[in-house]
Amino acid sequence: MNRLKLMEKLRVPMMLFPAIAIIVVLFGGGMISGVGQSVGYFPVIGLNDFTLDYYRDVLTDDGFMTSLWLTFRLAFLSTLFASVLAVAFALVLRHAFRGSRLLTLIYQVPIPIPHLVVATGIVLLVSQSGLLSRGSVALGLTQTPRDFPVMVFDPAGVAIQLTFLWKEVPFIGVVVLAVLKSVGPQYEEIARTLGANSWQRFRYVLFPLMLPGILSTSIIVFAFVFANYEIPLLLGVRHPTTLPVMAFRNYQDPDLALRPQAMAISMILAVVAIILLVAYKRLAKYAVES
Amino acid sequence: MQRTFRWLAVIAIVLGVALPVIPQIIWSLAHRWLFPALLPTEWSMSSWEYVFSPSSRVVEGFMNSLEIAVFVCILSILVGLPAARAIALNDFKGKGIIEWLLMVPIIVPGIVSTLGIHQLFIRLHLTNTFIGVSLVHLIPCIPYMVLVMVSVFSNYGTELEDTARTLGAGPIRVFLNVTLPGILPGLMVATMFTFLISWGQYITTVLIGGGTIVTLPVVLFPFITGINYSNAAAISLVFVAPAILVLIFTSRQLGQDSAVMGGFGRL
Repeated sequence: MNRLKLMEKLRVPMMLFPAIAIIVVLFGGGMISGVGQSVGYFPVIGLNDFTLDYYRDVLTDDGFMTSLWLTFRLAFLSTLFASVLAVAFALVLRHAFRGSRLLTLIYQVPIPIPHLVVATGIVLLVSQSGLLSRGSVALGLTQTPRDFPVMVFDPAGVAIQLTFLWKEVPFIGVVVLAVLKSVGPQYEEIARTLGANSWQRFRYVLFPLMLPGILSTSIIVFAFVFANYEIPLLLGVRHPTTLPVMAFRNYQDPDLALRPQAMAISMILAVVAIILLVAYKRLAKYAVES
Repeated sequence: MQRTFRWLAVIAIVLGVALPVIPQIIWSLAHRWLFPALLPTEWSMSSWEYVFSPSSRVVEGFMNSLEIAVFVCILSILVGLPAARAIALNDFKGKGIIEWLLMVPIIVPGIVSTLGIHQLFIRLHLTNTFIGVSLVHLIPCIPYMVLVMVSVFSNYGTELEDTARTLGAGPIRVFLNVTLPGILPGLMVATMFTFLISWGQYITTVLIGGGTIVTLPVVLFPFITGINYSNAAAISLVFVAPAILVLIFTSRQLGQDSAVMGGFGRL
């Protein structure tokens, strides 16, 4: 009897243990190792003493603040543009019309496609010798590749933004669309009978319904873009670059002495990401409640 | 007015989705496509021949990606399923902490933990190994699997299991004949997306695999901004194949379950 009780008591911990153990050992171990290196514990090159010098070096470096701002800007703009477009498309796609189901299916195509594939396509599309540039010659707008605006390896990061937009608009859009479809048109009809014009119906009926979906998906988009390494490395300029790229470059440098700095950058990146996401969540909660 | 908007949206969606795909398909079949021609002047299958030749390492990368992703999926199911069930169907002390612990790897940028793990794995001799790369892929995969399956188990009643047990079914039978059919649709979607998360990993594989474990994204990466557009396009189209399959199988579930959707944002 006692054994049965003990078994029952241990059931939940035993079910949780493997998953928690893997996360704690791998993720926790990685974080501890990272923090250790960032404060000067890196025995491989003879560093054993605690120091915050690497954090000071990183934080006082002009390039760091530029990179932090760039990382934030890319994540913020991608999230903002993606959300706006997703809402606009959801407003159209919620109605049933001829071909609307096929259109919704096409709309979903980008969702599972890997970012590297999108990056390949965007390069072939918008680079100065890409398909759009060729089209612009055919239309007589430009003569040579150099007449076409620079969108890849540009300081503004147009190709980077396009890559993220292509991926994230349907991601936010499909969630928002599902909400609108499940609610149906009755609220809007009521508002219409009460004399609300189309802007008022959007602002006071549809938008509040969509908001939780927008917020929960946009936070994922923001976190993803903020942490992304591949796309800014592939499609952005070398300097300034984003914090994940900066951390990885310092880490890969043949000069091992740069590694503690790389770790300091990556720890700051983690802290900033956590602060931004917690703040965003607070803000989102406030927005939904009010 | 509304019709105009509708047409604008239709054109924007169809063109928007198609535009980055079209040049990849054309380039993969192009032999000679000089600026400013709108279409190649000479076509050939040479980049597809290159893709399937051993020197491109595409087939090798494909098989490595496949093996790692399948292994990661199996491990994620084995550890994620019981954890999700425990969280969804029980109230216990410290549940909040457990849920938080499983969320942190999603919030903290992957590159941060991976850089730390690299040093750890060097000491454990796990760098440049299949198992090391698979383990590091587990970090984004397990939380995702747990998250989705928690939402699946939350809408799942255990009454049928109790009935089966009363009727004398053993635990294995209950799982296979009652539990599994109940959670299967959700589990399949979760597994496919866990597969895609592992399939798409680049930076973790490069760092932990150290060039020894060559997966498909590792093969593709240098081509993307390289000079051989045809090869880049062909490899990219090979890389996208499983995603298309997943889309066909899961398009019905899309948008219905927001926890499932959460995974899409991680690809």
